[in-house]
Amino acid sequence: MAQIIVRNLGKAYKRYPSKWSRLAEWMLPFGGNRHTLNWVLQDLNFTVNPGESVGIIGVNGAGKSTLLKMISGTSQPTTGSVEMTGKVAALLELGIGFHPDFTGRQNAYMAGQLLGYSVTQITAMMPAIEEFAEIGEYIDQPVRFYSSGMQMRLAFSVATADRPDVLIVDEALSVGDAYFTHKCFDRIREFRKQGTTLLIVSHDKMAIQSICDRAILLNQSKVAIEGKPEMVMDYYNALLADRENQNVRQELTPSGKVKTTSGSGEATILDVALLNTEGKRIEVVQVAQEVILSAKVRCNQAIDELVLGYMFKDRLGLPVYGTNTFHLNKPLKNLPAGAEMEFNFRFIANFGPGTYSLALSLHASDNHIASNYEWRDHALVFTVINSKEHFEGVAWLPPSVEIK
Amino acid sequence: MFNTHSRSPGLIASIASLWQYRAFILGSTKREFQTKYKNSLLGFAWPIINPLALILVYTLIFSNVMGTRLPGAAVDGGSSIYTYSIYLCIGIIVWTLFSELTSRAQVVFLENANLLKKLNFPRLCLPVIVILNAGLNFLIIFALFTLFLLVTNNFPGYSFLAIIPLLIILVAFSIGLGMTLGVLNVFFRDVGYFYSVALQFWFWLTPIVYSANILPEKIRFLIFFNPLTNLLQAFQGIFIHHQWPDWSRLWLICVLAILLNINGFRLFRKRSGEMVDLL
Repeated sequence: MAQIIVRNLGKAYKRYPSKWSRLAEWMLPFGGNRHTLNWVLQDLNFTVNPGESVGIIGVNGAGKSTLLKMISGTSQPTTGSVEMTGKVAALLELGIGFHPDFTGRQNAYMAGQLLGYSVTQITAMMPAIEEFAEIGEYIDQPVRFYSSGMQMRLAFSVATADRPDVLIVDEALSVGDAYFTHKCFDRIREFRKQGTTLLIVSHDKMAIQSICDRAILLNQSKVAIEGKPEMVMDYYNALLADRENQNVRQELTPSGKVKTTSGSGEATILDVALLNTEGKRIEVVQVAQEVILSAKVRCNQAIDELVLGYMFKDRLGLPVYGTNTFHLNKPLKNLPAGAEMEFNFRFIANFGPGTYSLALSLHASDNHIASNYEWRDHALVFTVINSKEHFEGVAWLPPSVEIK
Repeated sequence: MFNTHSRSPGLIASIASLWQYRAFILGSTKREFQTKYKNSLLGFAWPIINPLALILVYTLIFSNVMGTRLPGAAVDGGSSIYTYSIYLCIGIIVWTLFSELTSRAQVVFLENANLLKKLNFPRLCLPVIVILNAGLNFLIIFALFTLFLLVTNNFPGYSFLAIIPLLIILVAFSIGLGMTLGVLNVFFRDVGYFYSVALQFWFWLTPIVYSANILPEKIRFLIFFNPLTNLLQAFQGIFIHHQWPDWSRLWLICVLAILLNINGFRLFRKRSGEMVDLL
C-alpha cells in the first residue's frame, strides 16, 4: 500500500535582475546570492493515506501542476520533502515522447520503455492496451494520422496498462470524448477498489466529488482549505465568485454540514424556505409533491440588474437541477437601495428519496462569475421520502410499461 | 525549515537506474537511427552511401587526381599511393565521432526539455543514448574503412587492436566535455553558439588534414597543447606506420577526460533540479 507524505514542501524559482547576474553568481566565489526567490508554493503539509484519493483544486496559477511535478519527481522542491512508497504512474501530460512517424504500436513500446518496462513486459501488455484504446487498425498506422483524442486514448491505455500503487493525474482526461472519459474514470475507480492511492488535479467538479475522499484547495501558493470534496468545492466556487474581496465565510450548520457564504453584499438573501401549496414551511417532501421555493431578498444599494439563481444538490453535492431568473426571462432592472422583493418558484419535486441541499446566489447577468452579490451554499437542507413504489436514483421519472 | 533536499542519485544508484532503463536506452537509440532515414526511399542505404562517398572522394581526388603525397616527413613510412587518403580518412572519421558526441551532448537537455519536464526517468539515459548513436554511426563508417584497408592491402595488423583503448579515451573525453557543455548550455545559451564556433577552429588546430611536421619548428610545440593532437597522431600511427601507440604521450587527454567527467557529473547533479525549472 502506498502513502504520500508531503512535509514543509515549497517551490521557488530563481529570478535574476539581469542576464549577467547568474554568471556573476556562478563565477564570483564571495559575491553572494544575486537572485531573488519567487515562491509559487509554500509550507505545504499533507498526507495521502494508502488507498485514499485526494483531489487538488485551485485557480490557474495556484501551483497545482508544480505540486504534482514535485510529487512525481520531475521537479525538485526548494524546501521540504515528499515521501512516497510504491510504484508511481504520473499522467502529467499524455502522449509525451510520441513520435509522429512511428506507428501507434511502436509508440506504445516507446512510451512503455519510458516508464521503465522491458520489451517482454510490453509485449505481454499489448493486447490489453489495444483492447482498452479501441482505436482498431489505427494501431499500426503512424501516429501522424491520429486525432488528438486517439493519441490520448493510446497514451492513457499505455500509462495505465499496469495498476500502479500511486496514480497521479493532471487534467489529462479532458481531451477524450465522453465515452472514453467514462472509461478512464471507470478504470481509475477500479484501481481505487484494488487499493491504488490517487492524486488528481481537475477543474471538473463532478470528477472531484465523485472520485475523491478528500480535496485540497490551493490558493495564493498555500493550502487554503482541506476537507470533504463538497465543502472544498463550495469554498472554491465562492472564491471564484469573489476574487477581489476574498470575503468567504464558512460556518458549521447544526446538521454537521458546512455553510459557505460569500459575495460583495450589494444584495442579501433575507430568508429562504420550501413551502407546500398551502404556504406552510416544510422540511420533508414527498416524491412528486408540488412545492414552492420562496426567497426574500433586499437590495442594500441601488443595483442595475439583479438575478436570483438556485441549485439543488444531492447528498454528494452533485448538481441535480439549477436555473436562475435570467434564464427564466425575469431579470430585475434598476432597483433602488432598500428595495425588497419575494421570489416564488413553484414546481413538482420529482426528486428521488434522499437528502438534498439548496444553494442560492444573487448576481448580475447569466452567471455568478462577473458580479456576485451573495452566494449561499446549504441555504436549505430537506429530505425527500418515497411513498410510491420503490425506485433508485435522484430523479422521479415514472414510466408506463407496455410489454409485447 | 530550509532543509533543501536533493533527489539526484549518486554514481552507483545512477548506474543501477540506467540498467533498469536499458530497454528505453536501446529503443531510443534504434528509433533515432531509424528516424533519420525513415522517410527516404533508399532507407538504410544512406548511412552506408555517405561514408563511402567520403572515402572515395579523398582517395580519388587526393591520391590519384592530385597525386598528393602526405606532406611532411610522416609520409616516409607509408609507401602506398593511398597513404594520404588513409591519413585523411582516419583523421576525419575520428574527428567526426568527437564532434558528433560533443555537439549532440551539449544540446541533449535542451532538445529533450519536454521529456525532462513531464516524466520522471533517469536523466543520465540521455547522454548514454548520445554515445550509443554516435557509436553506431562511427561503427558503420569505420567498418567500411576497415574493408577498404583490407581490399587495398593496407590493414595495419595486430596494432589495429590499439584503437579500442584509444576509442575509450576519446569517448570518455568527449562525453565529459559534452555533458559539461550540455548543462552549462541550459543556463547560458551562449555556450552552444560559442562551441560551434570553437569547433571550427579546433578542427584546423588539430593535425587532421595536415601533419604536425609541416609546421614551423618554432611554433610546433603549441599544437601539443591541444589534447586531441596526440590522440589523432596515435590513430594515424596505427594506420599509416602500423605501429603501436606511445601511450605515455596520451596523459594529457586522459587526465582531462577524468577531470571533465568528474566535473560534468558533479555539475549535472548539482544543477539538474534547477535545470528542469529553466527548460
